[in-house]
Amino acid sequence: MSMVAARNTRYDCIVVGGGHNGLVCAAYLARGGRSVLVLEAAGQVGGAAVTREFAPGFRVSACAHLLHLMPGTLMRELGLSAQGLKFAAEQLPTTALSSDGLHLSLGAEGLTQRAPADVTAFAEWQGLAQRLAGALQPLLAEAPPRLGTGAWRERALLARLGWHIRRLGKRDMRELLRIGGMNVQDLLEERFESPLLKGALALNAVLGTNLGPRSPGTVAALLYRVAAGGGREALAQPQGGLGGLSDALARVATAAGVQIRTQAVVKRILVSADRASGVVLASGEEIAADVVVSSADPKTTFLGLLGVEHLDAGFVRRVTQLRTRGLAAKLHLALERLPQFAGLETQALRGRLLLAPSTDYIERAFNHAKYGEFSAAPMLEITLPTLADPTLAPPGKHVLSAIVQYAPYSLRSGWEGERQRFTDLVIDTIAGFAPELRACVHSAELLTPPDIEREFRITGGHWHHAELALDQFFMVRPVPGAAQYRAPVAGLYLCGAGCHPGGGVMGVAGRNAARQVLREAA
Amino acid sequence: MNATAPERYDAIVVGAGHNGLVAACYLARAGLGVLVLERNAYIGGAAVSRKLYDGFTYSNCSYVCSLLRTEIIRGLDLPHYGLQIIPYEGGCTLMRNGEHLALYDNHDATRREISRHSRRDAESYDRFVRDMLRHCRFIKPLLLREPPDPTSFKPRDIKELLWLGRHFHQLGEARMYDTLRFWTQSCADLLDEYFESEIVKAHMAGSSIIGTALGPRSPGTAYVLLHHYMGSIDGAVGAWGFARGGMGAVTQALAASFAASGGTLRSSAPVEEILVRGGRATGVRLAGGEEIRAGVVVSNLDVRRTFLETVAPQHLPPEFLAQVRRFKIRGSSGKLNIALDGLPHFPAIPQGSPCTRGDMHVTDTIDMLERAYDDWKEGRWSRAPYIDMLIPSQIDPTMAPNGKHYMSVFVQYCPYKLADGEWTAAKRQAFGDTVIDTIAQHSPDFKDLILHAEVRTPHDIEAEVGLTEGNIFQGELTFDQLLFNRPIPGYAQYRAPLHGMYMCGASTHPGGGVMGAPGANAAGAILRDLRLAQRLTA
Amino acid sequence: MLTMSEPHFRQPLLKTPFHERSRALSQVDSFVPWSGYTTVDVFTTVEQEYFAIRNATSVYDLTPMVKYRIAGPDALRFLNRLMTRDLRKLAPGKVAYSVWCDDSGHLIDDGTVFCLAANEYRLCTGERQLDWLCASSIGFDVEIAEVTEEVAALAVQGPTSCALLRALGLDGVERLKPFELGQFELATLPIMVSRTGFTGDLGYELWMRTADAERVWDALMEAGRSRGVRPIGSRALNIARIEAGFLLPNLDFVSASHTLRIGSERSPLELGLGWLVDFGKGHFTGRRALLREQQRGPERLLVGLDIEGNKAAHNALLYADRAGRTQVGSVTSAAWSPTTKRNLALAMVDAPHFATGATVWAEIYLNRELVWQRRMARARIVERPFYAPPRRRATPPADF
Repeated sequence: MSMVAARNTRYDCIVVGGGHNGLVCAAYLARGGRSVLVLEAAGQVGGAAVTREFAPGFRVSACAHLLHLMPGTLMRELGLSAQGLKFAAEQLPTTALSSDGLHLSLGAEGLTQRAPADVTAFAEWQGLAQRLAGALQPLLAEAPPRLGTGAWRERALLARLGWHIRRLGKRDMRELLRIGGMNVQDLLEERFESPLLKGALALNAVLGTNLGPRSPGTVAALLYRVAAGGGREALAQPQGGLGGLSDALARVATAAGVQIRTQAVVKRILVSADRASGVVLASGEEIAADVVVSSADPKTTFLGLLGVEHLDAGFVRRVTQLRTRGLAAKLHLALERLPQFAGLETQALRGRLLLAPSTDYIERAFNHAKYGEFSAAPMLEITLPTLADPTLAPPGKHVLSAIVQYAPYSLRSGWEGERQRFTDLVIDTIAGFAPELRACVHSAELLTPPDIEREFRITGGHWHHAELALDQFFMVRPVPGAAQYRAPVAGLYLCGAGCHPGGGVMGVAGRNAARQVLREAA
Repeated sequence: MNATAPERYDAIVVGAGHNGLVAACYLARAGLGVLVLERNAYIGGAAVSRKLYDGFTYSNCSYVCSLLRTEIIRGLDLPHYGLQIIPYEGGCTLMRNGEHLALYDNHDATRREISRHSRRDAESYDRFVRDMLRHCRFIKPLLLREPPDPTSFKPRDIKELLWLGRHFHQLGEARMYDTLRFWTQSCADLLDEYFESEIVKAHMAGSSIIGTALGPRSPGTAYVLLHHYMGSIDGAVGAWGFARGGMGAVTQALAASFAASGGTLRSSAPVEEILVRGGRATGVRLAGGEEIRAGVVVSNLDVRRTFLETVAPQHLPPEFLAQVRRFKIRGSSGKLNIALDGLPHFPAIPQGSPCTRGDMHVTDTIDMLERAYDDWKEGRWSRAPYIDMLIPSQIDPTMAPNGKHYMSVFVQYCPYKLADGEWTAAKRQAFGDTVIDTIAQHSPDFKDLILHAEVRTPHDIEAEVGLTEGNIFQGELTFDQLLFNRPIPGYAQYRAPLHGMYMCGASTHPGGGVMGAPGANAAGAILRDLRLAQRLTA
Repeated sequence: MLTMSEPHFRQPLLKTPFHERSRALSQVDSFVPWSGYTTVDVFTTVEQEYFAIRNATSVYDLTPMVKYRIAGPDALRFLNRLMTRDLRKLAPGKVAYSVWCDDSGHLIDDGTVFCLAANEYRLCTGERQLDWLCASSIGFDVEIAEVTEEVAALAVQGPTSCALLRALGLDGVERLKPFELGQFELATLPIMVSRTGFTGDLGYELWMRTADAERVWDALMEAGRSRGVRPIGSRALNIARIEAGFLLPNLDFVSASHTLRIGSERSPLELGLGWLVDFGKGHFTGRRALLREQQRGPERLLVGLDIEGNKAAHNALLYADRAGRTQVGSVTSAAWSPTTKRNLALAMVDAPHFATGATVWAEIYLNRELVWQRRMARARIVERPFYAPPRRRATPPADF
């Protein structure tokens, strides 16, 4: 972005961080008539929704690699397609890999072929999940209510939530109240037979969390995924990777009047008379604003940018107790050519490949993480984005991108000595399904949670900024006292994944936060 | 037994466990003719004192008396019928490195003891106890209430839901959030918010896994911790006690109270089937074929055993049966009862410390507890199990001959189903050896003192007591099986889907432990249905 | 360090370094626990001890006061965020009384802060605070160490106290103004003296190494013989502190660290300690909540009561009317004041009944040879302190 000398040095709103939530928030604020400045520390916007080169000529969505959580309504409201967002592929298929080559494609057809006993149960589950998700969905699109204030807005929100759940009818409501706190393994055991199907659904539940299939609360995580995805589970790959989405978001924001500055590292949030009054950059430049909205994670925002002296001690203790350690690593392979995957056709390769052959497999992978070890047999979500979008690699060459679990942030033996060992382990694991893989690999990059922390400035390298579990969800996310996007210091707001409803490339936190600012701050 | 007993009763209670007896007592006090039928030759269910070895008395299932509701002790006049509870003087955790952590019934002694490990934890402990007490204050009033059905529009349910809402709302904003977090948190995460020292955390975490097929890192275990904290002996939080004469003293006092109210009790009377006609329970048939009629049948058996084994399936809605099959009852605990030739020496514990006159735990860290759970998940007993042991004969000479001692050893985890096939006598022996070896690591003379050891796997507990999978709570205490979900959504109000049939076991709200609340609540539901509730207050 | 012959599980309470001396002088063997120590409740009679405070010199063993050393580059910033007062004004050699609150503005405890040097402080409180101090220290470069067992302390209070200390060779002690501290030598023993106390009278507090404790005690007793020096227990001190209008945790308020019930916490504004709350100094824990409370106006206030009759109104409920129909509060501390000959109490009174000069009615139970009688006594709300002799502030104090 160009640096204009005669810059307006006072804004209605400054948004700290140009990740997708920051950009969404900025766009809504600008549309609400506010003058908005987005300050991004990196050289380009996008945060963890970014496409970058990882080997000469090879580019990859460096953190998130698929889009499935951003609500269609949000994308339409923002007019993303008008600003150039295109999809290289939509409605991507999901395939659960099996070591015997009898892979399972998730869907009626694949199930009929490989798991006929589960066809009806799967359809029933999808119906139920969609109904339950439908009841929970409105809860995602609003600032969570505060309890006990007696304010009519809070009461109305709670009443609406109650009504949505009641409206499900006796049967579904009972099932929601029963399974809402249950572990996903029990749910899957109750309903399905195929280990591959159970493994795939369990992966959906625990991806990005510090939980295993037997951990209570994982059904809620699964329902959350369905609810956030608008009940569709529709997976899409933006043209040019996730950076394509961020670029479109930036254009939407700019078109709405937002100014965006990159390579602008915010050092501190300024406070005067117990109100946020602007920011100071690493360069020493001060920029004044009536409202500061931070898309950084809560620990960075409160402990780093704001400073504990502006906060109550009990609140600070809660912030430090927030569980923010990431469990997911990211593997990027630059491939000279596309390896053969035994038993898979190209159509399936264009989609999502899951390596989680059973719930026990995932649980065992999780066991290691509890003790600060990486999984001896990790669980993987693999994509080959170049099949749908050849622009990401030199002609004829390919990229493999995989989310790898579990790779704990605090590896007991330290990541530096173990990085290569784990990279080899993951490549070997994939090579179990594509024997020639090793020969195809030109170069490899592994992003561990500490790497993600460094590169994307997320404390703990957790893509949800803070563990998405029931005790850090909704009215207590990120911490009580800041769950309505509003910090204890007047004029400071949060809009990142650490807020309700959490991370993944969803953008809802940004939208909800903007609406809260527009409602409250003149 | 009693030849002059009438052929027809107002109510039959199936199973003479503590909850069955509590229910029976309240029904008899309201003037009903009540018959309690017990399969075994002795009563008590899992609250028993048994003489299985030369002069020793074993509390061979449950071993601690703390949760029994004060309202029940008072209402059924149990001290009059012989119940004596002696509070623990402390408790401790033994570590493999020879260190120990003790907790004493004196606050200053406890603070100084914890500060040996961490000065900061010694003071955070006060905040921990305060918060546990706050949570207890919230939950205790729920224990003796019938959970409302949130899907129902009946005035009573709506009234109860409103009461629950008000009760919650009264906490004020900050504590409402604390409560929401607490109910969904893992014990390990909870303890991390208070303590830095591993041993302090491990000591506290023990209670969160007892009887539970979860590890301390599983969300929801913070509540299980509280479930064990709800006990109190006249206001002392989490205070646990010995019942003089063993846990059978509780059920003996209940039986005496029951008899004094005119109730009839028959042991060695296994109920084969609950008889149903036209959607109404009409009585029971015993194994010998004898049929006994009653207007009300109350089952103290767990919900799976009640509906899958004791009622003919054609009388029950298929969907209900499917839900019963889904009810999670997982065997995860074992028990050893050991007769000792003398008091074993634990070198880690300083001479004269009263902490041995309480619960002694063996574990080092949360990780060690979690790994013990990992073993259970793989279908084997924990190689380094969590042990909660007790030597009641130190303060209760009725439990063992003079100079000798009885030790109760509770073991977590021990699976009901082994990955490598069925339980055998040899495997049971190996399990017992694992436990004895673990204790012996902390007590050099322990093995030499053993006169007799009864080793009980979940299988043995199931076979003897009748608890499915030997689960001590008659069902997991997880979110999906608590409050209005316990045991089955829509059937959480003690009433079976048959007229005149009720559930009163620990499968129902508020769950297991020798608490008696399910029995009392079930009796309340029955008496309300019979419009006799007011007679209880007399 | 004090030597403990018995382990903690046999003798949970610690003994202060003055314990042997106290025990020798204790005539009625009346000890009570205080912050993990066993301390004297009464040595001889409460009256004798009380009059030593007001008319001679009293010596009170303060060692169980929990003491923390707080030092480091951020010590001042840390304390200023913790406390409601502005401690930037506290120079080395000065002492300040302050309170600290939780996020909701509820009082956790009160205590005195001694500024020993720049960014080096000692905090003295009635109860242990490490948990909250550690929570409050997150993000600050500060070291917090409990030094309770290393520092012995005596309160030397009464009209002849200054003269007594001068007789011991503490030259210049007479120049200490209230809330000042100085370093002295008693014979060869280093000793810190602060002009602070809990009696509302002329008085000092002596801080010394544990090893020197008995020698300081002996010197005081020896030199004080002609000035009526007398060791006192907590009961006598309690009367003096009520006369002075000081609050005692767990009697006049329950720390927000301990409350279980909802609504039993108290804010400094409710406790009449609003003068300690500096809203202008920048942020401190509880500030926003207290500001909201100030804007709302207090729901209740701790006030002083002057009650008719001479029967102390312990635990009395207070009513707006003599008939006792409308309860408006309750007494938290009560005493017959032997000096002012007034029947005094501290009481928590609901709005709007707490205005100075207003009358409420105290329900007092009288035990007349085991025959209990109830009396409604007229109680006037009066300013605190009830007793404040000019000598408490005079510098230099009069010589006796």
